[in-house]
Amino acid sequence: MSHETCKNLLSQLSDYIDGDLEESLCAEIERHMEDCPDCQAVVNTLEKTVELYRSTERTEVPPDVQSRLFKVLELEEIIRGR
Amino acid sequence: MAGGDAFLKELQAGDPLAYAKFVEENQGQVYNLALRMLNDPQDAEDVLQETFLSAYKALPEFKGRSSLSTWLYRIASNASLMRLRKKRPETVSVDEPLTLDANDSIPRQLADWSSLPEDELLSNEARHIMEKAVSELPEPLRIVFVLRDLQGLSTAETGEVLGLSVGAVKTRLHRARLRLRETLSSYYAERMQ
Repeated sequence: MSHETCKNLLSQLSDYIDGDLEESLCAEIERHMEDCPDCQAVVNTLEKTVELYRSTERTEVPPDVQSRLFKVLELEEIIRGR
Repeated sequence: MAGGDAFLKELQAGDPLAYAKFVEENQGQVYNLALRMLNDPQDAEDVLQETFLSAYKALPEFKGRSSLSTWLYRIASNASLMRLRKKRPETVSVDEPLTLDANDSIPRQLADWSSLPEDELLSNEARHIMEKAVSELPEPLRIVFVLRDLQGLSTAETGEVLGLSVGAVKTRLHRARLRLRETLSSYYAERMQ
């Protein structure tokens, strides 16, 4: 990760994994990765990092938190009445 | 989010039935944003309440320049950042220029752990490391990462919520991801040995 090309490509990697980079630059990154295992590892692990976070499940609002919210908003009766 | 002009009119007129529906439909997104920003269920609950109290008061002024969802995210993001600032007054404001060292973003961990089995990547311990890593991001990076990668907003929507340009969102998101990659790499690289 000390090579000048690696540093230049590094700033574009998020756009690359998000599919926001133009084709010619994608091709340049892919060509570089063939000869640079360090950059290949960074791309793979950056992509995996994003994938792992995106796969985390949302937390449901706990029922007691919901009840206190509706109480504060004075909507308890509306919810109960339905 | 339930849409339509009729629903918006009911909300703005203070119709409690419409507001109850609005809260039910959107409490999850607000709670998750606050939980991920503050990493504390009590603080997340406080932000949840503050957000819907503020939204109720501000609804008559809603002009429809952004979507209702973006507008609510803006209120929730501000409430989360205010709470962080109260807890840690030295916190950097989200609209201040970042003064992070460029070298900070250079990857140091170069092990390729991406093909570790899923049960190792998503073990309880790994999930804890992932959550802690987000909570340790500087706030200007954390809020962008949470909105974009965890809440699933687009780059443009994230910019709209935070009043940042698309370029600024992209730069912050990239820095956040690189930092998280670094932290996760330190952890997972050990699992490869």
